Amino acid sequence: MSGAALAIEALACLRGGRLLFAGVDLALGPGGSAQVVGPNGVGKSSLLRIVAGLLRPYAGAVRCEGAVALTDELDALDREKTVRAALAFWARIDEAPAERIEAALTDLAIAHLADIPVRMLSTGQRKRAALARTLVTGAPIWLLDEPANGLDTASAAVLGALVDRHRASGGIVLAASHLPLAWAQDVTIDLHAPQVADA
Amino acid sequence: MIAAIILRDLGRAFRSGGAWLPLAFLLLIAALFPFAVGPNATLLSRTGGGLLWIAALLASLLPIDRLIEPDRESGVIDQLALRGVGEGTILLAKSIAHWLSFGPPLLIATIPAAALLKLEPEAMRLVLAGLALGTPGLAALAILVAALTAGLRGSGSLTGLLVLPLAVPILIFGAGALQFGGASALKLVAACSLLLCVAAPVAGGAALRAGRD
Repeated sequence: MSGAALAIEALACLRGGRLLFAGVDLALGPGGSAQVVGPNGVGKSSLLRIVAGLLRPYAGAVRCEGAVALTDELDALDREKTVRAALAFWARIDEAPAERIEAALTDLAIAHLADIPVRMLSTGQRKRAALARTLVTGAPIWLLDEPANGLDTASAAVLGALVDRHRASGGIVLAASHLPLAWAQDVTIDLHAPQVADA
Repeated sequence: MIAAIILRDLGRAFRSGGAWLPLAFLLLIAALFPFAVGPNATLLSRTGGGLLWIAALLASLLPIDRLIEPDRESGVIDQLALRGVGEGTILLAKSIAHWLSFGPPLLIATIPAAALLKLEPEAMRLVLAGLALGTPGLAALAILVAALTAGLRGSGSLTGLLVLPLAVPILIFGAGALQFGGASALKLVAACSLLLCVAAPVAGGAALRAGRD
């Protein structure tokens, strides 16, 4: 996992004819973490989706060294399958070993839910299953969109411990959240600030 | 990777009625048609081939709202794109899976349906050959339209309008093979089918990408 890097240069995002943000810079090396903060609708999720390559930036560039995993409000797990089978599909796509599924289920304390269909899960459980999907990828760069949404205090602490472990092994975490997160941030990007300065 | 997507989609198709649905659909139409127009064998054998083609076209559209939209909504397509799987590749895999879920069952159902419609053995062979060549194109067309309408509210009425003009060439040549006999019409069916198979993933992929913005 060593050598992972994430660099954002002068990134701007235009959506629906409206400039959401401009001039966002960021450089993270192995073990780095950053949080994007700002009120609703300011473009936190769009920033993450641009970094993930799902949206085109209006200006600027993103460079990722290492695979990227995105966890957003969409869990991308088949409703009618069991949690384990739904994760197994992504493990097959990622060519990840099957043991990693069990490890991820244990890490997120959802091993007891492994044989339950995804549609039966509660919001917080589904969020943890989506985080397990990110763990299974083995990607060094994690993009977490509102990772604390729906998680109870204990689960948020578990996520914090997982992020710390991921960073200790050289991973990078870029999270978007309007709430304080359970892990220390190297950088905080306030999306509201530059626009106020321009105005 | 393509194989994993095909297997997953096939599994989903079979869980939600899958292979039985197009089979039952075709037989139902073939069984009802003689009641509607009367049991006149000459009339049935003259119109039966065309009817089978229309039924095949409609059968390819049966699961259209389940082809793309659920995967777009649940983030599966985003997650695949994130892993470097192009939208075109995703749609190609989905076309193959869709064809596997309705094409072979349809071809099997055509044989008893041809008997119900009093088709001559020669006409049945032409329908079977035409469907074998044409259904991949119909599958690709269904995927294309599903991709174009993914995310739209009330897309049901739109799908019919979009599919109709694009499906007409296959239908004309497929049913035409019965009238004018033969190889040249089937070659044109194959050509239309091939064109759709190639164009649909590309065009549908562009639609999915545009839908993200």
